Amino acid sequence: MQRITWERVVSILLISPSVLAIAVFVYGFIAFTSFASFTKWDSLIPDFSLVGLSNYQKLFANPRFQIDMRNTVSFTILFLALCLVVGFVLASLLDQHIRGEGIFRSIYLFPMAISFIVTGVVWRWLMTPGSPGLGDTGLNLLFEKMGLGFLKWGWFTDPMVWHIPAESGVGQVLTAIGLGGLASTKVGISAGVISLVLAATWQMSGYTMAMYLAGLRSIPDELREAARVDGASELQILWRIIIPLLKPVTLSVIIILGHISLKIYDLVVSMTGPGIGFSTDVPAYYMWDTTFRGNHFARGAAIAVVLLVMVAVLIVPYLVWSSRTEAEL
Amino acid sequence: MKRKVLFFALVVAILMMAVPMTALAQGPECQDVVTIQKDDWLSKVADKYFGNIFAWPAIMAIHNQAALANPEKFPDKVINADVIEVGWSLCIPTADEADAFLATYDPAKPELLYASGDSGQLVIGSWWTAGGEAEGLAGMFRIYKELYPGVEIVNATVAGGAGTNFKAVLATRLIGGDPPDTFQLHAGLEVETYSPEQFLEPADDIYASEGLEDVFPADLLALLKYKGHYWGVPANIHRSNVLWYNKAVFEANGLTPPTSFDEFIAVSDALQTAGIQPYVIGTKDGWEAAHVFENVLVGTLGADGYKGLWTGATDWSGPEVTQALENFKMMMSYANPDHPALTWDGAGEYLINGTGGMMIMGDWTDGWFTSKAFTGYGWAPPPGTQGTFVALSDSFSLPKGAPDAENARNWLKVVGSKAGQEAFNPKKGSICARTDCDPALFNEYLQSAMVDWSQDAIVPSVVHGAAAIESWATDYKDALILFVGTGDVAGTQALLQQACVDAGVCQ
Repeated sequence: MQRITWERVVSILLISPSVLAIAVFVYGFIAFTSFASFTKWDSLIPDFSLVGLSNYQKLFANPRFQIDMRNTVSFTILFLALCLVVGFVLASLLDQHIRGEGIFRSIYLFPMAISFIVTGVVWRWLMTPGSPGLGDTGLNLLFEKMGLGFLKWGWFTDPMVWHIPAESGVGQVLTAIGLGGLASTKVGISAGVISLVLAATWQMSGYTMAMYLAGLRSIPDELREAARVDGASELQILWRIIIPLLKPVTLSVIIILGHISLKIYDLVVSMTGPGIGFSTDVPAYYMWDTTFRGNHFARGAAIAVVLLVMVAVLIVPYLVWSSRTEAEL
Repeated sequence: MKRKVLFFALVVAILMMAVPMTALAQGPECQDVVTIQKDDWLSKVADKYFGNIFAWPAIMAIHNQAALANPEKFPDKVINADVIEVGWSLCIPTADEADAFLATYDPAKPELLYASGDSGQLVIGSWWTAGGEAEGLAGMFRIYKELYPGVEIVNATVAGGAGTNFKAVLATRLIGGDPPDTFQLHAGLEVETYSPEQFLEPADDIYASEGLEDVFPADLLALLKYKGHYWGVPANIHRSNVLWYNKAVFEANGLTPPTSFDEFIAVSDALQTAGIQPYVIGTKDGWEAAHVFENVLVGTLGADGYKGLWTGATDWSGPEVTQALENFKMMMSYANPDHPALTWDGAGEYLINGTGGMMIMGDWTDGWFTSKAFTGYGWAPPPGTQGTFVALSDSFSLPKGAPDAENARNWLKVVGSKAGQEAFNPKKGSICARTDCDPALFNEYLQSAMVDWSQDAIVPSVVHGAAAIESWATDYKDALILFVGTGDVAGTQALLQQACVDAGVCQ
C-alpha cells in the first residue's frame, strides 16, 4: 500500500480529464457503436430493439461487402509489401553516404506531407486512361509518346479482377479439396486496387525509407566489420545481420501502414469513388455510403465493428509484444 | 345648408368606402401619407408629425408593415434608416400607434424595424452550387430579397451530383437538432428518408393559401403527398428519359434516333462502322448507370409495368426484368471504354466534339450543353419510352425546429409562385411544376418538354428519389454498379429482387 501524497493527488487530478474524455469519446462510442450494430436502427429515428447477429449475417452475405473485404485485404498486402521493398531499397541506397543525401531524403519523404485527398486527385488525373475517341490522357499519353504504347491500359477503369480461374489446373485441385471458393473473383486483386496501391505507395514509401534509414544508421559498423572479418559475403551480411536487426523497424512500419491501409477512405473517395463494379470500394467507404445515404445505421455500425476487429487483430499483438519488451528492459 | 348636408353625406360615403379598404389591406393605420422631398430625412419627418426626432423608428417600422400588407400603395421599403429616396410614399402612423411602438422598441433589436417575418436569416440547404442551377437559385433569391429585404439569405450548399453528398450532411444536421431553415428535397418517396412526421413540418397551409393545388398537375400532387400531407413545395420538373444525340453525326450517316432496342442495335452498328463511339456514358459516381437503367426498365416494361415494380405489382424476378438487364448489357457493349473514369458531363464531351453518337441523361444536360455553347444536339425519348415522361422534381421543405420558420414559409411561397418558377426554371434548364408558366421564356427543348409534360403518362424516377424510399433506391443503385462491372444478369436480378424484399414491398 503506497502512501497517499500530495503529488499523487495532483497527478491523478491532472490526468483525470483526459482519461474521462477518452473514456467517453473513444471507448464510450465504441461501446455505443457495437450496441447499435445489434439493433434494428434503419432510419433517422433510432430503433434500439435487439436483433442479435442478423446485421452481421446480412453483411457477410452482401456481395458489395464481400468485394470490399477482398479489396481491403488485397490492398493491405500489396501496399505493405511494396512499401517495405521500395522503402528498404531507397534507404539502402541512401545509406551509401552519397553526396546530396539530404536532398534525396527530402524528395522521397516529401509526398508524405501531402494529404491523401491531393494524392488521389493527382493520380486520378494521371491514371485516367483516355479513350479511342478523345485520345490518350495522363500516363497513357506519356507511354504513347515514349513509344511504350504496349504499357497502356485502363488503370482503375479496367473491370478486370485477377484470380485463379476455376477451370485452370490449380482451380480444379482447389475445387476437388473443397476450397472452390478460392478460385473465384471473390479472392483476387482488381485492377482498381492496383491503381490505388501505386498512388498510396508513392505517398508512403518515403516514410518507410526514413524509418529504415534510421534503423540502418543505428546498426554499428563494428558488426558488419566483424562479419566481414569472419568471411561473410555482403548478401550474408544483409540476410543474417541487417535484416534481423531491422526487425523492430519492420514491425513498426507494418503496424502503422497496416492500420492506415485497413482504414483507407480519403484516397478512395478522391481518386476513384466506388469504382467499376465496386473494384475500388472499401469497407470504410461502404460504411459511410450505407449509413448516411441509405440510412442503414445498424449496418454501418456493423461495418465499423468489423473494421475495428480487423485493426485490433493487427495492433493488439503489437501492443502486447511492445509492453513485454518494455518490461524486459 | 343643403350644400353642407351634401358635403356631410359625401364624407360619410368616403369614410364607408375607406373603412373596408383599410380592413382588407390589414395594414397598420396611417394618419397621413407623405411623399419624400429633397432634403427630407426620417427624423425630420418624425419631428414634423410627432415633435420628436427620436420617433423615427416608429415611422420606419410601421411604414414597413404597411408596405408588407399593401405593396401596391407602398412599393418602397425602408431598409436603411439613413437612405430614403425622393418620391417615396411613407406611411405616417397615428400618434397612438407611434407611442405604442416606441414603448416596446429596443434599439438592440433592429429587426423590429422591419415588418414581421422580414428579419433574421434564411438558411437554405441545397446541392445547387454551379452553373444554371446556381443562377436559377439566385433568381429566386432576388425575388425573395425584394419581398423581404430585411432577411439575410444564407446559401448553404454542398456540391455533388444528385445531392448524394448533401443528403449525408443533412441527415446529421437533422438528427443533431440543427436543421437549416429549409432544404432541397426530391419530391416523392425520398421524403420517407427524413421521417417527415418526426423531422418535418407539413406545408399543407401554404398549398391552401397560395392555391397551389389548382396550378400543379394532379399526377404531381399525388407524388407530393405522403401520409396525407404535402411536405414541400416543388420548384421544377426534370425529365429523366431523354436520349441526346449529335445531329451532325446522325445526319452524316443518314440515321434517326432509335425508337426500339432493335433499332438501337442497328443505329449503333452503323455508327461503329463509321468510327463513332455509338453510345456514351460516364459511371464514375455510380448513380448514372442506375439512371440509364431506370429508363431501360420503362422502355422494356412500359409505364404501367415500371410503376408496378415500385408497388409490388410487377415481379422483379420475372422475364421482363431479365430482358431489361439484357438490353442494358447490350447498350453497355456499345459504350465508351473509359466510362468508369467519367462523370456524365465528361461523357457528354464525346457528343460535343462529334466522336460520340448518343447519350441517355436527364434534361439538365440541355443546360450543360448550352453552357458549353454547343448547339448541334438533338433529343428524343430513349428506346421504348415514347409517350412516357419519367419525372423528378426538386422541392423545398420545412424542417421542424428551424430557427427562422416564418422566413422559410415565405421562401416556400416564393418557390411555388409563378414569378419564382419563371425566374428559376429557364436558368436551371427545367420546366415549371406550375402549368401556367409562359412558354416564351423557355428554350426550344424545354418548350417541347412542357408539351410532353402536359400529355404524356408520368412515371416517377427512382434514382432521383421519386419512386421508392431512399434505402431501396440505394440498394437498387448498388446492384446496378455491380452489374456494370460484372455483366451478371441472373445475379443482378436476384439482388434487385432482394432489394425489393428488404424494402418490404416484395415477399
